[in-house]
Amino acid sequence: MAVLTYREAIRAALSEELTRDENVVLLGEEVAQFHGAYKVSDGLLEKFGPKRIVDTPISEAGFIGMGVGASMLGIRPVMELMFWSFYSVAFDQILNNAANVRYMSGGLINCPIVIRGPANGGTNVGATHSHTPENVLANHPGIKVVVPATARDAKGLLKSAIRDNDPVMFLENTILYGEKGEVPDTEELIPLGLADVKREGTDLTIVTYGRSVLHSLVAADILEKEHDVSVEVVDLRTIRPLDIDTVLASVKKTHRVLIVEEQKPFASVGSQLAFMIQKEAFDELDGPIHRLATIDAPAIYSPPVEVEQLPNPQRVLKAALAAVA
Amino acid sequence: MANIIEMPKLSDTMTVGTLVKWLKKEGDVVKSGDMLAEVETDKATMELECFFDGTLLKIFSPAGSQVALGAALCAVGKPGETVEAPAPKAAPAAEAPKPEAAPAASAPTHAPAPAAPVVASEPARASGERIKISPLAKKLAAEKGIDPARVTGSGPGGRIVRADIEAAAKAGTAKAGAAPAAKGGATFAGGTVGAKGPLQQERSVAVSTMRGVIAKRLLESKTTIPHFYLEIEVDAEPLLALREQLNKGLEAAGVKLSVNDFVLKASAEALRRVPDVNASWHGTEIRYHAAAHVSFAVALPDGLITPVVFNAHDKSVFEISKDAKSLGKKAKDKKLTPAEFTGGTFCVSNLGMMGIPKFLPIINPPNAAILGVGTTVTKPVVKNGQIVVGQTLTLALSADHRVVDGAVGAQFLGALKAVLESPALMLV
Repeated sequence: MAVLTYREAIRAALSEELTRDENVVLLGEEVAQFHGAYKVSDGLLEKFGPKRIVDTPISEAGFIGMGVGASMLGIRPVMELMFWSFYSVAFDQILNNAANVRYMSGGLINCPIVIRGPANGGTNVGATHSHTPENVLANHPGIKVVVPATARDAKGLLKSAIRDNDPVMFLENTILYGEKGEVPDTEELIPLGLADVKREGTDLTIVTYGRSVLHSLVAADILEKEHDVSVEVVDLRTIRPLDIDTVLASVKKTHRVLIVEEQKPFASVGSQLAFMIQKEAFDELDGPIHRLATIDAPAIYSPPVEVEQLPNPQRVLKAALAAVA
Repeated sequence: MANIIEMPKLSDTMTVGTLVKWLKKEGDVVKSGDMLAEVETDKATMELECFFDGTLLKIFSPAGSQVALGAALCAVGKPGETVEAPAPKAAPAAEAPKPEAAPAASAPTHAPAPAAPVVASEPARASGERIKISPLAKKLAAEKGIDPARVTGSGPGGRIVRADIEAAAKAGTAKAGAAPAAKGGATFAGGTVGAKGPLQQERSVAVSTMRGVIAKRLLESKTTIPHFYLEIEVDAEPLLALREQLNKGLEAAGVKLSVNDFVLKASAEALRRVPDVNASWHGTEIRYHAAAHVSFAVALPDGLITPVVFNAHDKSVFEISKDAKSLGKKAKDKKLTPAEFTGGTFCVSNLGMMGIPKFLPIINPPNAAILGVGTTVTKPVVKNGQIVVGQTLTLALSADHRVVDGAVGAQFLGALKAVLESPALMLV
């Protein structure tokens, strides 16, 4: 297996899909000549030309709307948001139009658009650039939401997202772009809606996704070595469709649950998970469901404080010990 | 003018009631006949009925508090009416129950290696207190037949978690239905040899209403009634044979008679023959009772209660058996009404099922006597000049010498023996 960075894995997925299907195009601010604000699309303009790798104006409402329209006519656009934080400029295009078009056309019109870009805090870019809208997106039926944690998942899930006939929101992470991981040399399509047990354990299930998976794995090692607690880490990978079966199977094994999410806690993905777990596995729970989220405040600008606002291995460790008490 | 509802006398021995829970809340519209609250008396948990139509304006006694007889519980009146808090009545026992000692070891311990959870064979908390237990532990307890009331929780806030139930199951303690007497270890629970750790959590538990009543009444009995004791050995073979015959023959009809059912019936019959024992002391007079209302002791997780088989002298052994089963179940469910556990004229206490060969019970006032029933013992007996294997049953009578003299007590036991040894008499 090749070792790729998360960034390279996404680029490889784009490149493979652009090669496979001429209807696949990449549009976004600075994706072509500047090779993407985070260099994800490095080399793609040179390889696929300006008709398929297209720079757009700084107008999310405009270019996302254009992409939604194009997808309705058979193009498979991959739209890059420089920051997912600016999805709200195109809220109507994404969550009112793209989400509903198949339903409202009686299934006659598909909307095979992928909107991707980083959605994370922790880089000292301030409150307006640090949103994590997966819960808001997932609240809309008709929308699929993917938050990959590793290079392998990023590649396999992005390829599936591009081939999917529904609008797929693909939330990356600027801090993960440089993270390396093994990626199979042969083509791998990871189905949307399939969670992955990243680490097996018997005493506590940590349900998580995105960058928090890495924090949880670090904490799980410490818990094993220093506290004799065996942790199972379930990476959701896809927020919607949600693979609750894998989560419940793990809960039935460990009987204790901690949800870790880089999300503001109010009405978050974790809130929904906690509801579903207690509803389906009430008699399996040996303690209340615990949750570790981003501290409920706008993204804090001070870098040292922002680290503490977000999930980190020490915060996960503390929350895990409370969850197994 | 709002109506103040006070703590009623729900049983003849009640002095305080514990307000278990309110079924209505302030502001609720209530009407006559509605149930306002659940009240635990010294013996049973009962519902408090409303006799007024109106709005529940104010609750004076929160759930969990102990309230003296006659003290104000709540006010019912017209919406918007103002209610003055009534002057508190002096009530020595009316203070709120003391909180249980905070459970030790609330520091985070984790599931795989809990610090040897302590399992108490006694109820682990005051009666009526809500048991904190995780859903999983609750399910496991049901599967393993563990009574959570007897398990001390090691989780946060004393919550019973999986590890506590598993430890209880392993130690063989806290079996549901097992009477507290089992703590003596009639059966040796294997696997605990060399077990380390404390016997149980060091703790103080507030005296429940029921324990308070047991303490008060039995202390009064033992210190004011001049008890005397008589024993007699009964040949139990004919009784056991008859019981087997009946149970076999009536199996299809769902009839299963216990030895105790026969003892209750025989006691009623013996009281008919020696009615002087069916009496009670009232200071300046002795009351002789026309009917044999035979009560029997039922062990509960947090005490005991003596429901009454009324008019046992006029009932067949089948009717007595039916009554006893139904009363026993109600007693375990704490659903007995005061009418069902007061008014007995004679009491039977049976520890035979626990393997006790004989014992001398304390009289249950105002009864003049109580019968202690042991287990049937297989042992050598002399019959027709030969030593043979026999089945015997030892009965002990504790009697109030103010009412009953030794000779009368002896006549009573003699009559009881005669009936039990010719048990067919009980069927005609």
